[in-house]
Amino acid sequence: MLRLVPAGAFLVLIGPVLAGLLGAALPAFGYLPAIGGEKLSLGPFGDLAAMPGLLRSCLLSLTIGLVTTALSYVIVVAFIAGWRGTALFRAMERLVSPLLSVPHAAAAFGLAVLIMPSGFLVRLVSPWATGWQRPPDILIVNDPLGLAMMAGLIVKEIPFLLLVSLAALPQIRAGQFGHVTASLGYGRIAGFVFGVLPALYRQIRLPVFAVLAYATSVVDVALILGPTTPPPLAVRILQWQADPDLAMRFVAASGALLHLAVTGLALLIWVFGEKAMARLCAVLQTAGRRGRDDKVWRHLAVTLISASAFIVLAGILLLALWSIAGLWRYPDLLPEAFTLNVWVRSLPGFAVPLANAVIIGIASSLAATAIALGALEYESRAGLTPTIRALVALYLPLLVPQIAFLLGLNVVFIWAHLDGRLAALVLVHLVFVFPYVLLSLSDPWRAWDRRYGLMARALRHGPDAVFWRIRLPMLLRPVLTAAAVGFAVSIGLYLPTLLIGAGRWPTITTEAVALAAGGNRRVIGATALLQALLPFAGFTLALVVPALLFRDRRAMRPAA
Amino acid sequence: MSKISGMSTTNNIGAKTGLTLDKVEITLHGEPLVAANAHISPGEILTVMGPSGSGKSILLAYVAGFLDPVFSATGRIRLNGLDVSDLPPERRGMGLLFQDPLLFPHLSVGGNMMFGLAPAIKGHAARREAVEAALRHVGMGDFFDRDPATLSGGQRARVALMRTLLSRPEALLLDEPFSNLDTARRGQVRERVFAEARQLGLPVLLVTHDVADAKAAGGPCIELA
Amino acid sequence: MIKTLLAAPFLTASLALATLAPAAAQTPDPTNWDVVLSAARGQTVYFHAWGGEPRINDYIAWAGRTVKERYGVSLVHVKVTDTANVVSKILAEKAAGREEGGAVDLVWINGENFVALKDAGMLLDRPWANKLPNYRFVDVAGKPTVLTDFTVPVDGREAPWGMAKLVFFHDTAILADPPKSMAALLDWAKSDPGRFTYPQPPDFIGSTFLKQILYELVPDPAVLSRPADEETFKKATAPFFAYLDELTPYLWRQGRAYPQNYGAMRQLLADSEVDITFAFNPADASNAIANNELPDTVRSYVFDAGTIANSHFLAIPFNASAKAGAMVLADFLLSPEAQIRKQDPNVWGDPTVLDVAALGEDDRKRFAALDLGIATLPPEKLGLALLEPHTSWLKRLETEWARRYGVNQ
Repeated sequence: MLRLVPAGAFLVLIGPVLAGLLGAALPAFGYLPAIGGEKLSLGPFGDLAAMPGLLRSCLLSLTIGLVTTALSYVIVVAFIAGWRGTALFRAMERLVSPLLSVPHAAAAFGLAVLIMPSGFLVRLVSPWATGWQRPPDILIVNDPLGLAMMAGLIVKEIPFLLLVSLAALPQIRAGQFGHVTASLGYGRIAGFVFGVLPALYRQIRLPVFAVLAYATSVVDVALILGPTTPPPLAVRILQWQADPDLAMRFVAASGALLHLAVTGLALLIWVFGEKAMARLCAVLQTAGRRGRDDKVWRHLAVTLISASAFIVLAGILLLALWSIAGLWRYPDLLPEAFTLNVWVRSLPGFAVPLANAVIIGIASSLAATAIALGALEYESRAGLTPTIRALVALYLPLLVPQIAFLLGLNVVFIWAHLDGRLAALVLVHLVFVFPYVLLSLSDPWRAWDRRYGLMARALRHGPDAVFWRIRLPMLLRPVLTAAAVGFAVSIGLYLPTLLIGAGRWPTITTEAVALAAGGNRRVIGATALLQALLPFAGFTLALVVPALLFRDRRAMRPAA
Repeated sequence: MSKISGMSTTNNIGAKTGLTLDKVEITLHGEPLVAANAHISPGEILTVMGPSGSGKSILLAYVAGFLDPVFSATGRIRLNGLDVSDLPPERRGMGLLFQDPLLFPHLSVGGNMMFGLAPAIKGHAARREAVEAALRHVGMGDFFDRDPATLSGGQRARVALMRTLLSRPEALLLDEPFSNLDTARRGQVRERVFAEARQLGLPVLLVTHDVADAKAAGGPCIELA
Repeated sequence: MIKTLLAAPFLTASLALATLAPAAAQTPDPTNWDVVLSAARGQTVYFHAWGGEPRINDYIAWAGRTVKERYGVSLVHVKVTDTANVVSKILAEKAAGREEGGAVDLVWINGENFVALKDAGMLLDRPWANKLPNYRFVDVAGKPTVLTDFTVPVDGREAPWGMAKLVFFHDTAILADPPKSMAALLDWAKSDPGRFTYPQPPDFIGSTFLKQILYELVPDPAVLSRPADEETFKKATAPFFAYLDELTPYLWRQGRAYPQNYGAMRQLLADSEVDITFAFNPADASNAIANNELPDTVRSYVFDAGTIANSHFLAIPFNASAKAGAMVLADFLLSPEAQIRKQDPNVWGDPTVLDVAALGEDDRKRFAALDLGIATLPPEKLGLALLEPHTSWLKRLETEWARRYGVNQ
């Protein structure tokens, strides 16, 4: 039974992606009998090329993806390099989980109300410092270059990259390397970059690719913060897909294939960038540059990373404030009055989306955790080590732009009469949740002292008893944390719920984004807050349950 | 020392003949690593000595059934007349003691012992009594509900030993079990382990780099290169 | 490509087939209302309605609770961002052969979306709305837009729900004398740039604003009630695009970004980012003031040349799963009780489609007692009502607008 798990996991991950790509490829070439497309042709691509501003949309997706990833990566590396081992670093480590649990859409809203011309930051300094009696007519949110969108993505990708880096650090003996490079006279950052980074980067390469692919193709953050004239490619594909003129569906499918190419190009450019950086580092190294004078860079790194954490937290706070605000005019720092009106009136309406989100989240995260445990246990028993092929399979759903294969998957599901079914929706969520759950669980699972297992077997217990009675209880905290990560990912999923759910399963996230471009900031605030609280509840549970279960076991407490 | 009820080790199948390592040879990528051909009588202690990296722990792993698949091994292991070479570890009946007592941190002291207790003893009351008796035997009679993390090094070693013995092993495999203890404690624990093994008539395979252990064992000794 | 497939020959053929098919036992007959009620009990109606305005969502939730209590019909409000998406969904279902058990039971619709469904034969196969019990209260004579939706006859395929008229709002404390014509708007924008915008088409309010400009600038307004072709469109819209070319640089954010719907635009007014906003609901500002979203100095006004008016409707797709339930819901929403509550600016403020004078005394009194709100213009002050142009005009306008202003190079 356990033997089936790796094959099963493979199917769960790869199957939908391949089915989706196929489902998008055929209509892209004109073949979709359901709506009259009977012949293969290049017509849709021609129509696609005729779309106004297409090149600009593609360039937007490309640059937003590359810049977001590059900046997040540099900031995280500089921070780890410059501050590892300090109290500040440990403080930041503790913030990673809460920051991760804030869904992208909520973080984007929060950023919007912070930086918009009538937003909190401007109000802090107006009109006394700036003389702005009315908000300045500056295009900040929805700016045509996508800078606001990049910022919204960076503040979320930094905690993610920090998480994967922290998981990888112990394995590459970063501490010892640090001592060696310091004794050779290298500054903290330079020593890290030359001595540790190559090994670290090998470990986090796939997550970085995942960030890149996501940043090129994200839709919900684009709707909230991104340019609107024209929007990035993924947003336009969504618009074409929903157009009442069914001919546009072929254009949407060809657009999905185009997006594959755009994301692929971004990955290619990044790989070239890797080689260029390696070359540069080699040159610097042989030149003997020690980089001792890195104080400025260290302070810049910590400032930027603190700012990113601050933005997310401040954003959530502002949204909470908006949700209880009466009339709040510019340039007031606080509302004129407070009221619970919005909550009272909208909470009943949130019941169904909240319930749906929780049900789908629990189902997909539990399934993902079970499959992950099965895969890891199989790996243990068979004495295998993860291969590159397995890793790539794991990351495939994260490397292919969501819009590309979800569109096709939707076609397949409609054909199979599975659209709008809860099971289908949970399966699609599973595809995205599983890689993160496995990622979160793998290292703690493998780091377990196997001698406990040997001891248990010597005490005449079989492998199953070892798994259920020894390994699982001992690793309960990482298991629940991984499940909480999966839950958080599921809560934040927008496009899969929108497309595969066929409107039958509104979740708190689809609601929030539907209200996104709308005006009622108070309801948006309440929705975003609820959206952010759900994953937080998951993580709290993951902390509290083991603490409670093992309150009398000192050795089961997390290392201080 | 009095015999502990529930800890007799009469083998249903055959007579107690001891533990035999029959022409055991372990290689890694064709390179020979360690070889042993020995018989350990009941109550006898075979000491395997050698510097770190000489493969002594690998030999022990093979006997216990945990050999890493990267190694290849030939030779048979027989315990009390039964060829256990192809059996999974949990069916071999070999008690194991490591350097660290490896008490399961999520279970109480009593919970650890209950986990080890052989299934032959049925009924909650009888099982609890067996564990309590074992704890009294080592002078830790009221430690059932204690958190293993609150025990001293010596106490942990005693609990680990009792847990192993409660599983009614037919042999004992010791992988440097005393090296983590301070010198004062070391002798006591070592004596206790050897005495129990002798009394229960268990063949013992001891892997160590400490000459004092070999001397106290008083049995044959294999030196690995 | 698809359009030719769905054109007349195909349509007549399918209609013929439909009449040959056994009498659709699934389509309830509203004249047998008791049968409809019993069929509806226990059904769940998936009501696809625009969900961008929370108070409308609240109203729909109230309606849901009431029909559940009284008729045992469960209502699920599927919040859509653009009704065109619903049209797309129904069309796709039809094309995939899903003749029954569709995902949409009732849809809030009008204008080009209604026309798209009607032309494609996607609506309920026979007139039903004008046979609902509460339809007798509808003001057919006084409100002609309940019979003709954007110049296309309704034919009882959709039930009227509310009236809409484009009304403008301004904060009297900031802008005392707002421009009341397009020419005046341009002058004002030039003198105080960045204080005006409109939602990005194809949002329905944004598109309506485009139609408003068109009405004022088209050389011959009569062409608007007829379908548009290449020639007429070019001639009629030349002054339109000339105007927009001139206005756009003086818009909010210089036209490089637009709010996505009228709620976002209203928030801009609240944030003091713009000075004027507009909506289809004359009570929108009063509603916002009552909810502490706008200051109480906001007032409404209309343009001298009149503003566009229309009705909005509820339609049932041909393949709805809960047809009886949908009819019961539509009938309830047409009832005086529901219409009074809808017109209450503290709830929604949307004007009624009913002939108030012909109602019973109690209902008349309740309507009269409604405080329309301090920022709402009374009906007689709403000005001239411009009828919606033919839908072909809007399609071309939207496409051309996207090409010229939707992609800033």
